[in-house]
Amino acid sequence: MTSAGAPLGLRCSNLEKRFGNFMALRRLSFEIRPGEAVALAGHNGSGKTTFLRIAAGLSRPTSGSLHVGSEDIITTAVRMRIGFVAHQTMLYDELTAEENLLLFARLQGISASADRTAELLRETGLAERRCSLVRTFSRGMRQRLTIARALLHAPSLLLFDEPGTGLDAPGISWLAATLLRVRQAGCTILMSLHGQAELAAVATRAMRLEAGSLAADSLSGESIESVLRVKER
Amino acid sequence: MKKNLFALLVVLMLGWAAYASFFVAPTENTMGVIQRIFYLHMPSAIVAFCAFLVTFVANLLYVFRRQQRWDWLAVSAAEVGLAYITVVLITGPIWAHPVWGIWWTWDARLTSTFVLWLLYISYLLLRTLIEDPHRRALASAVYGIFAFLDVPLVHMSIRWWRTQHPQPVLMGGPGTGLDSRMKIVLLYSFIALLSLMIFLVRQRYELEAMRGQADVLRREAEAA
Amino acid sequence: MALLQTTATLFNKELRTELRSRELITTTIVFIVLVVVLFSFTFDPTSTESRRFGPGLLWLAFLFAASLMLQPCFLREQLNDTLSAVRMASPDPFAIFLAKLAANTMFLLLTELLMLPVFAVLYNVPVWHVLPSLALVLFSGSLGICVAGTGVAAISAQARMRELLLPLLLLPLLSPVLIASTEATAALLAGQPVLRLDWVGFLAAFDLVFLTALWLFGEFLLEE
Repeated sequence: MTSAGAPLGLRCSNLEKRFGNFMALRRLSFEIRPGEAVALAGHNGSGKTTFLRIAAGLSRPTSGSLHVGSEDIITTAVRMRIGFVAHQTMLYDELTAEENLLLFARLQGISASADRTAELLRETGLAERRCSLVRTFSRGMRQRLTIARALLHAPSLLLFDEPGTGLDAPGISWLAATLLRVRQAGCTILMSLHGQAELAAVATRAMRLEAGSLAADSLSGESIESVLRVKER
Repeated sequence: MKKNLFALLVVLMLGWAAYASFFVAPTENTMGVIQRIFYLHMPSAIVAFCAFLVTFVANLLYVFRRQQRWDWLAVSAAEVGLAYITVVLITGPIWAHPVWGIWWTWDARLTSTFVLWLLYISYLLLRTLIEDPHRRALASAVYGIFAFLDVPLVHMSIRWWRTQHPQPVLMGGPGTGLDSRMKIVLLYSFIALLSLMIFLVRQRYELEAMRGQADVLRREAEAA
Repeated sequence: MALLQTTATLFNKELRTELRSRELITTTIVFIVLVVVLFSFTFDPTSTESRRFGPGLLWLAFLFAASLMLQPCFLREQLNDTLSAVRMASPDPFAIFLAKLAANTMFLLLTELLMLPVFAVLYNVPVWHVLPSLALVLFSGSLGICVAGTGVAAISAQARMRELLLPLLLLPLLSPVLIASTEATAALLAGQPVLRLDWVGFLAAFDLVFLTALWLFGEFLLEE
């Protein structure tokens, strides 16, 4: 699993997002350099998901700017180099595991889509269940498939929103190994985490959001562990 | 000050238009006094259409520029336009009853006006059902564009369908034309009603803008 | 080319998911049968009466059925947030609309063709001798319903009370389609069947206007 093209960096300045009267993100300004693996911590509602969705080009910021790669705005070409895992599975329940992967492989114009799909099904350990409907899968199996879907097109930037959700201990180890390999291949990673020390070990940098603002960044000297330690409210 | 002067001007124009339509315009030969409602009915319909045109342009500008003021303008003009259309739909039957002997007929113009009214009711209804201001502005702008594009189609289909519609009085052939005094009064009422529309849209826009600013202040208070 | 390829891939997905559940087609058929049967109580379905009321009733049934059927096309995608994944993977967002439009039109036409014999038998109206012409009318009318309907479904999916809202937004927009399709169908079912090309042309114009609008503005409806 290698990265296609140069890894993408990400830079935001004075980024703000509000929903009605609620400020989800306040004046975020930071840069993630190509090849970095950043773990993002914070309470529920601290703005992690909102930030990741803006970075994926799914949602527009209210003000401020966000650059991915050298582009000013997130164009379709850039969007197609991003691997995205969201809260929800983003899978069709009425399609089989194989059909789901094939659909996204075809959409993304991957030439050997069938080979690529088979390869990922093997890696996720879902090869035997490839012809079962996703509806019949457990949460952990769906999460593995979701991650496989995000890696299909060998993206240059991974945006993972709590990728460990629903995974059991072997699943977490598999995910950590996968992330490590992707990172070593040069892909930029930005993932929000809730605990899960094994996944945090992949990170080369950590940031913490509180109420939509950047509260801590390991670049300013703090250790990754202490940045990721979310204080009890 | 400027606003008050404009308001005064609008009131004077409306007063003059009302006076003129009752005392300056001659009484129509066949329909009699009731025909004078025409000076309110017909210009209102045109002014309503002007208001919806403003909504359409504001919708387009919002989609491409994403500035909230275009959304404010769109909703203001749509509400005022709807008020005018309502006037048209009320004065129509009042005029029709003594002349045609019925309150309502599914005649082409009446029916298309009614569909127009429904379209913009739906537009305003949609706006009440989306919470987030940006999402509301964007979704309703696209619906507003759809609605406006539908207007000529509605009009054409209903016209083809009900071809027995009475000839328009203004643009009809020779002999059906209006008395020159009638035309002048019609022009007066049109200008007066148009000025009122502009005044109302402005007032409504300011209200909407204040609402938007109140939101910003509330947000800042929360942030502090 | 990329647009067509993406559309084909997504269309394939729409068909597969629908054929697995068959939710839409079955509910739509049951709904149309219900309307057709219930309507027979409101007038005496003799051959002459049916010719007068039949086409309108048929198209009203199709219109209401479509407003039910179009509902899930975006709501289904919200369930697991699949729309976001498709948006990120599609080179052209218009393909998402085109695929849904093609699938919806196909489902609607399928139910219409299944319902036609039922209608013909119950209402004593022969349709066989005009079937090719009727198919043309059904196609252009259904395409109109689905073009506007797919856009409006994307709008109503963002609002509260979406199930109620879709018909309210859609039906006034579709009044020209209802008129044109009904008139064209009535002309075909009359004693001397005529294919009214003017109405078919009108439907084609409606389809074209809304298809262009969807192409220009549809992508804004997918934004969050």
